[in-house]
Amino acid sequence: MKNYLQLNLSLLYWILIAPFSGQFFKIAPIFRQMVFIGVRAAPMVALTAFSVGVTLAMQAAHSLQSLGAEMYIPDLVMITLLREMGPVLIAVIVIGRSGSAVAAELGTMKVSEEIEALEVMAINPVQYLVVPRFLAMLVMLPALTIFGNYIGILGGWAVCRFALDFNTAGYVMRALESADTWDLYSGMIKSVVFAWIVITIACNAGLNVEGGAEGVGQSTTASVVQALLAMLVTNAVLTGIFFFSA
Amino acid sequence: MNANGETIIEVEHLVRRFGDRAVLDGISFNVHRGETLVIMGGSGCGKSTLLRHMIGSMKPTSGSVKLFGEEVTGMTEREIERVRLRFGMLFQSGALLASLTVGENVALPLVQHTDKSPDEIEQIVKQKLEMVGLTGFEDLKPDEISGGMKKRVGLARALALDPELLFSDEPTSGLDPIMTAVVDELTLNLTKGSHMTAVVVSHDMTSAFRIATRMIMLGHGSIVAQGTPDEIRNSSNPEVQQFIHGKADGPIPLNLSQEEHKDHQHVRPRPFFGARFRFHHKHP
Repeated sequence: MKNYLQLNLSLLYWILIAPFSGQFFKIAPIFRQMVFIGVRAAPMVALTAFSVGVTLAMQAAHSLQSLGAEMYIPDLVMITLLREMGPVLIAVIVIGRSGSAVAAELGTMKVSEEIEALEVMAINPVQYLVVPRFLAMLVMLPALTIFGNYIGILGGWAVCRFALDFNTAGYVMRALESADTWDLYSGMIKSVVFAWIVITIACNAGLNVEGGAEGVGQSTTASVVQALLAMLVTNAVLTGIFFFSA
Repeated sequence: MNANGETIIEVEHLVRRFGDRAVLDGISFNVHRGETLVIMGGSGCGKSTLLRHMIGSMKPTSGSVKLFGEEVTGMTEREIERVRLRFGMLFQSGALLASLTVGENVALPLVQHTDKSPDEIEQIVKQKLEMVGLTGFEDLKPDEISGGMKKRVGLARALALDPELLFSDEPTSGLDPIMTAVVDELTLNLTKGSHMTAVVVSHDMTSAFRIATRMIMLGHGSIVAQGTPDEIRNSSNPEVQQFIHGKADGPIPLNLSQEEHKDHQHVRPRPFFGARFRFHHKHP
């Protein structure tokens, strides 16, 4: 826990304070990490989001049809996706895919003395390794969430268009009418917070590996479990603040 | 030997304990500019721990380490980085970054710490790799070259910023006899030509006697013997004689007892992973 707080503090130092004293972080590694963390995860995110959109529409149809309220299916798909399912499920995918990879990569570097070598070369591991991953994650998780939201809505449309009596224009109109911008923004805020949690937990786990290959495995597993739990609890808290307190 | 030169390293009464066991127990010595100090001793005698204290990655229980006249034991991370720019370190495994190519590894300190143009950096990288006999290997990844080559790339990287001081952790283990001679020759030339100072931890007695201007032998946490290579060779101390001639019989105990070994390992005991001492930054 102490290590984790220290990591967060030094991360803030390297991003917010160090650039003003002439130690600006390099841009190229951030883009490299963005491709790895974000772009390569896009197909998985698309498949997940599409399945969720289809499932939501089918469940909504099942419940709402008995009330004769099929016209509200797009509302339900849209709001559930933007507020909850989009940010949470896409964070789950990114934890499983990119979070674990970052923890394992940094952990392997730790056990093979690479981190120590960086320190001895007077290269700060937080600045050199963590900052690019952190910034890449902070940009790419919300971006993936927006992308996933679109694909999920497409999934809902597929059910409504081909299995129910909706036409495309009706679905789009209904979906757009139901959601306001706060639904989108609340999801984006969640997504940014999740990005922070996921990447700092993964990096912290990696940088503190001890005990060889076995230690790398244990840390990676632990980072995935911790990130999932932290993300879900935070989600509940944020939902409480955004939609339940007012 | 240049005992009158400027003092580069001053180690005084250095003590490091893991639990009850003192791995380093009151070690003192000086290293002057242009010297090559070889530190030898059996596995687990504290050689690498001593090295870790000299580069500032471990803090001693008590005592002081001064590099270039500055006390490093109490320094913050920021202060120590300034000192670290003046020395290079060759790790036992080479410690190359696996995600970068050989060329990028050697270029890393230059990219991070200088304003040199990419062309200049490429030039320097070529020159450093040539020094260690690895011309044309720039574009390979570390996992595509052998262990001995990795070590030589590590040496090229340690020398990239033309340091005043070089630390090497077993620079010649895993190298063939010819490459050992090349690396030794390189160390000799650097210490002679550019007044670089070298601290070498080594098991390899042939190489040690070839490069050393002074030698220290460690045992049970303290200095067993020190002196010029000739003094060590002619030492009357039976431990020294046993070590430099590599004899199985003699006064040096063969194994740590299980009891001692438990204290010694500050990580969880892991009996199947051998008795080699691993190093970490944090200790209980």
